[in-house]
Amino acid sequence: MNGLQDVAHFDPKILVFLCNWCSYAASDKAGMAQQAQPSQIRTVRVMCTGRVDPQFVLHAFRKGADGVVILGCHPGDCHYKEGNVHAIKRHLLLLALLRQLGIEDQRCRLDFVSAGENDRYVRILSEVVEQVRVLGPIHFPRVD
Amino acid sequence: METKPKLAMYWAASCGGCEIALVNIHEKIFDVMDSFDFMFCPCLMDTKYHDIEALADGSIAITFFNGALRTDENIHMARLLRQKSQLLIAFGSCAAEGCIPGLGNLSSRQDLMDRIYRDSLTLDDHQGPLPATSTGVVEGNLTLPEFLPVVKTLGQVVAVDYSIPGCPPESHQVWNCVNAVIQGHPLGAKGAILGGGRSTVCAECVRTRTEKKIRTLYRTYEILPDAETCLLEQGLLCMGVVTRDGCGGLCPRVNMPCTGCYGPPEGVLDQGAKMISALGSMLDLEDAGEVNVDDYARRMDVLLEGIPDLAGTLYKYSLAGSILGGKRTP
Ligand code: FES
Repeated sequence: MNGLQDVAHFDPKILVFLCNWCSYAASDKAGMAQQAQPSQIRTVRVMCTGRVDPQFVLHAFRKGADGVVILGCHPGDCHYKEGNVHAIKRHLLLLALLRQLGIEDQRCRLDFVSAGENDRYVRILSEVVEQVRVLGPIHFPRVD
Repeated sequence: METKPKLAMYWAASCGGCEIALVNIHEKIFDVMDSFDFMFCPCLMDTKYHDIEALADGSIAITFFNGALRTDENIHMARLLRQKSQLLIAFGSCAAEGCIPGLGNLSSRQDLMDRIYRDSLTLDDHQGPLPATSTGVVEGNLTLPEFLPVVKTLGQVVAVDYSIPGCPPESHQVWNCVNAVIQGHPLGAKGAILGGGRSTVCAECVRTRTEKKIRTLYRTYEILPDAETCLLEQGLLCMGVVTRDGCGGLCPRVNMPCTGCYGPPEGVLDQGAKMISALGSMLDLEDAGEVNVDDYARRMDVLLEGIPDLAGTLYKYSLAGSILGGKRTP
């Protein structure tokens, strides 16, 4: 268990996949509006949440991410019609797998943020950072 | 007399099936004997470890190493045979990707010990001694290899020249590899997979794929699948879509879904993650109505009841070699 002090000291690394057509624009908008954003995030732009191979997520954890967030268009709004529907189903399966590997659901979040929702964008990421901060760091058996 | 090149085969954490796959090349084993001095194989002959230690470095032409690395003895032999061999080949799924022993990485060492020596229903003494590397008895000191915290693949510990996939590798593929060496054919770039294809088991499967939609998942004992249609479409979790070809598609031929023993195909690092990708596209949750994450989650939970051990199913053979390698460690 983490002591209170450890929680305060632990600075989680969160990898965020942003869909080019929605959440990436929301992130941009948050930046333009000079909104405060958590400094623990690193972003990767993808063309659609459907492009986020579950291997990417595992790789992120392997390489030291403490949490992974995938932000896409709201259901029904995907630029490629059903990329985000595939993403939802993959995500549910991935969560079930990660649970068995000891990774809590809060470390891997799929959510939806449209281009105008800069407040929502900041709120979701701040939530994840705080949740993962409480959960603490993770390690895996394989050594490279 | 001309001395023949030395051939060795060593088992680490394995079942012995790989040795059987080797001798299943039948009379061709005589060709192997003609071309090689088959001098070390604890399963079949009585050469001792100290005989290997006494050899000059690089004096074994080829070592087939089967078995995963579970104990410090396995690690010691991996290092020793690497040093003594010109070519070290990971033979079979255990050495290449952990295989069934690798599923131990879903539990901690403590959990495994407790399960076997403390909680097992058939134990007479639930407080008996746990295996220890050294135990004093009246006759002296008994030693055992150390049981390591996680299972590793051969390639995670020493440099591996080639891998032969399969649990066990198909004998005709073993022969293809051995024969290539005997004939002096090039084996391909270092690190290459020998005795397997570059596509998936689906390429060798004779069944027809049509709609690519799955509405329910079944376990093998629950249905009798028809002989013509893709097993995955019939709701059996056939791993063929994410498994390297080369076996001949044997399991689907006899109405059994592929469980993935040839490991991930070319270009795929993680069999389980790739299967999740495939299922994500094929699972039909439409009757959940409007795309709503909570409804989808409920439907998915129902579907997943049909797969009580998801990680064990998706990584039956490849967990230790997968991206995460197993359950998180403390
Ligand atoms: S385009 Fe944004 S999720 Fe598909």
